Amino acid sequence: MQVFPFIVVAWIAGVGLYGIVTSRNLIHQIVCLIVVQSSTYVLLLGVGYVTGAVAPYYYDVPVRTPAVDPVVQALALTDVVVEAAVTALLLSVAIQAHKRFGTLDPHELAEFKG
Amino acid sequence: MRPALRRWVFLAGAAGLVAFYLWGLSGLPGFGNYPGPYGPAILRIAVAQTHATGVVSAVNFEYRGFDTVGEEFILFTAAAGTAIVLRMLRGERERPPADEARDRDVPPTSGAVRTVALMFTGPVVVAGWWLASHAQANPSGGFQGGVVLATAFILIYLAGEFLTFRRLSPTAIADAVEAAGAGGFAAIGLAAVCLGLPYLDNFLPLGQIPGAVSSSGTIALISFFVGLEVAAAFILIVSELLEQTLLIRHGGG
Amino acid sequence: MDQLFALSVAVPLLVAAALVGVKPLLSGRRRTLDALAILTAASVAAMLLVIMIRTDGGDRVYWFAGFRPFHGIVIGIDFAAGPLSAGLAALAAVLVTAVMIFSWRYFRQVATYYHALMLTFLAGMTGFCLTGDIFDLFVWFELMGVSAYALTAYRPEERGPIQGALNFAITNSVGAYLSLSGIGLIYGRTGALNMAQIGAYISRHPPDRLVAVAFLLIIAGLLVKGAIVPFHFWLADAHAVAPTPLCVLFSGVMVELGLYGIARVYWSMFGSALGHRAAISHLFLALGVATAVAGALFCFRERHIKRLLAFSTISHAGMFLAGIALLTPLGLAGTAVYVAGHAMVKGALFLCAGIVLHRLGSVNETWLHGRGRHLRITGVLFTLAGLGLADLPPFGTFLGKGWIEDTGSAHGMPWLTPVFILCAILVGGAVLRVAGGVFYGLGDPPAEDRRMAQEAAEETSETDGGGQRTPLSMLIPPAVLAALAVAIGLTPLGPAVEAAAVRFQDQAAYDATVLHGAHVAHPVAPFPVEAAGVTVPDVVTGLVSAAGALLLACLALYWRRLPALRRGYEPGTGLTALAEGFQSGVINDYVTWMVLGLACIGGVLALIIG
Repeated sequence: MQVFPFIVVAWIAGVGLYGIVTSRNLIHQIVCLIVVQSSTYVLLLGVGYVTGAVAPYYYDVPVRTPAVDPVVQALALTDVVVEAAVTALLLSVAIQAHKRFGTLDPHELAEFKG
Repeated sequence: MRPALRRWVFLAGAAGLVAFYLWGLSGLPGFGNYPGPYGPAILRIAVAQTHATGVVSAVNFEYRGFDTVGEEFILFTAAAGTAIVLRMLRGERERPPADEARDRDVPPTSGAVRTVALMFTGPVVVAGWWLASHAQANPSGGFQGGVVLATAFILIYLAGEFLTFRRLSPTAIADAVEAAGAGGFAAIGLAAVCLGLPYLDNFLPLGQIPGAVSSSGTIALISFFVGLEVAAAFILIVSELLEQTLLIRHGGG
Repeated sequence: MDQLFALSVAVPLLVAAALVGVKPLLSGRRRTLDALAILTAASVAAMLLVIMIRTDGGDRVYWFAGFRPFHGIVIGIDFAAGPLSAGLAALAAVLVTAVMIFSWRYFRQVATYYHALMLTFLAGMTGFCLTGDIFDLFVWFELMGVSAYALTAYRPEERGPIQGALNFAITNSVGAYLSLSGIGLIYGRTGALNMAQIGAYISRHPPDRLVAVAFLLIIAGLLVKGAIVPFHFWLADAHAVAPTPLCVLFSGVMVELGLYGIARVYWSMFGSALGHRAAISHLFLALGVATAVAGALFCFRERHIKRLLAFSTISHAGMFLAGIALLTPLGLAGTAVYVAGHAMVKGALFLCAGIVLHRLGSVNETWLHGRGRHLRITGVLFTLAGLGLADLPPFGTFLGKGWIEDTGSAHGMPWLTPVFILCAILVGGAVLRVAGGVFYGLGDPPAEDRRMAQEAAEETSETDGGGQRTPLSMLIPPAVLAALAVAIGLTPLGPAVEAAAVRFQDQAAYDATVLHGAHVAHPVAPFPVEAAGVTVPDVVTGLVSAAGALLLACLALYWRRLPALRRGYEPGTGLTALAEGFQSGVINDYVTWMVLGLACIGGVLALIIG
């Protein structure tokens, strides 16, 4: 199972993108965007894993114990929180769309063409 | 494009992209074989250099602190953006909160929900505060603590007390706290510059015992500011969303 | 001096936070807000200009929190900038200053968040240009993006801003997440996030499949930002609805930053490792030329002035990518000067469009025909800038494009010159058609398109003037920008810019400077240095483009009076269905094209590397 997590990454991203492409609802599309980003978390954390190592916190284990990579965990941590806020921004635009025009369908909201 | 055609075009493209990705995967070391050198180098020096036992927080707020400033400001910008988009627009006015589903009977908030929610509010605040201030010790940190702190306020809304929620977190205060958090982080870095050190250098005393509350210099302080900012940002976002849904109506309501 | 690196990003961030923090105090004091924002932007511009000048002798590296690399392993984050990087950031700061001055009177009423978001946008752009760490690049890319999404959705009352903001946000976010995946992959391979360290590691081994995949994924986000076909669809939607001052920044720097990112990622990380320089050069050249031609064609059929200018940006983005793709120092230098000249000229054009919107309440070319006659200064500026867009000497655009054409001819691509001329004629012709019709009432208005009229009429709520005179604070920025465009063309920049380009392209020297603090006095690029001056063929092509644009504009304005064409229909109407099929305004289509495009480019890369 050396590459299984990385195949899962491709699957999650693919499913998310498929959702965006075939959806007729803005909220659904924004949530699918979250799914696409989740695939990046799996990739980052998967890349940093070390078999048989502990979490990189040394308050209860000796300092020399092998641990997994702390850098990718730090990156993923901040990304999760930030992504929630960015999603809130997108959802608020969708809310306004629904309030103003009564529709959440991207096809109906498309005003500029060509 | 017609939806059916679009689906096939997408599937073709996705198949190609996935094939390309899988083709390249052979160059990755397998799962569980992270080779370094960034991770092991940090693990070797982090505790001794920063007196923090939480190495992930040390990475977040010390070694890669500048990234975290940027991420924090993304959060700040997103919250500000949400406020812009949801502000009261022309032609709308505020009216007292009422339920939209007029044709249904709205049950009042159940006593159990109300009691439990209010009961948990205090402990959740303490938990969030604890998380935000112990970044250097264990898997805590400003980001985690901030989100938990925001949850405490949302519990008040869940208890059916939207007006209390609103009174406790008026937008101006949430804005100010958020700005203080974000600006505080940037300012700590600037303080280092004023001392002639590189930006975000850890210039505070590191403390004797690694992992103690007072150790690790600026890490604990930065984590606290981040906690404030994240909490305020999420409270702001949620209160804007709730105001939009519950209070603001178009025209004559 | 090195502290200026940190200050150039920290100061706008801090001021943005402060502006939001004291919002209640400032709510009545609009002028204070404007003044603070302008002052901050101007000081950032000054800092970056100082950095640009002082790095002329060699890249300077700034290590945050004092963590220097040991034994070649980087544990902190660095800013590593030379004149090209700092110059691009300075350009961004100058444009932001001009835009904030323009906003002084343009927006009658604006919330505090506008100024704060503009400053975070500036900070994101500055950080993006200066950083030497790939994840840091992603962070500033995201900050730039989120600020831009929020500002685009500034007026969510109309349908347009919702479509524009969402299409912009979703496409760019998907691109950003793909880039993050690429960063994850290359980190898994090299265990490093510093560009120099990654580049040094992967160039020690032969070209690798994973390196190719990581390269494609990392530049996916940058291609979307850089509006390259087929990742460009969001740009026109966003431009049509974003406040006009913001469009200046989008077209002037943000798109160019995406292309800078591609150049940076290639030259600092992947260049040596990928090898096959000729094949990769041809791949990106093809993308660039396709973008240039598509953008130019779409530009000419537009009647909505802001969208027309947006398509012309797409066309120019293609030309910039072609210049970078030639991989020679002169090509990169030419692109740098072309970007600077284009930013000034495009900025002036958008600001003039903003003045038209402010005074006349519309950006619909058909409706505006002949109504701009009293906007004399604006008309002159618009026409001059239009000629600058058509690469008339001595504008900076002419200089940059000339160098790109020179290097193209010298390296076996003489066909690049006629393609560039064609695109310049189409784009310049469209802009001059607008100038002639709106400001001078020449010829006949283009055929009325009811839907476009409706779209353009909705622009009115952004600003309201209708006053008797255009305020000075709105006329000075476009005039200054147009003057700067000419100044860039007249300054003898050649050797300095090309030396900066050589330094940008020398990966070994960059690695040595960042990882070992060495100072490399004579950097060497993979391709030889060519003379960067003004040659007679350059002047001829510049004059030909400008003359062709004028001719095309006249043709477009007067075609109904030509006996040969009079009985036909308006040329180009048959293509409307085709154009709408592609630029459909629906996000689902955009993401589909993105995935298909990436798959095709990936296939080509696999053939090259595998």
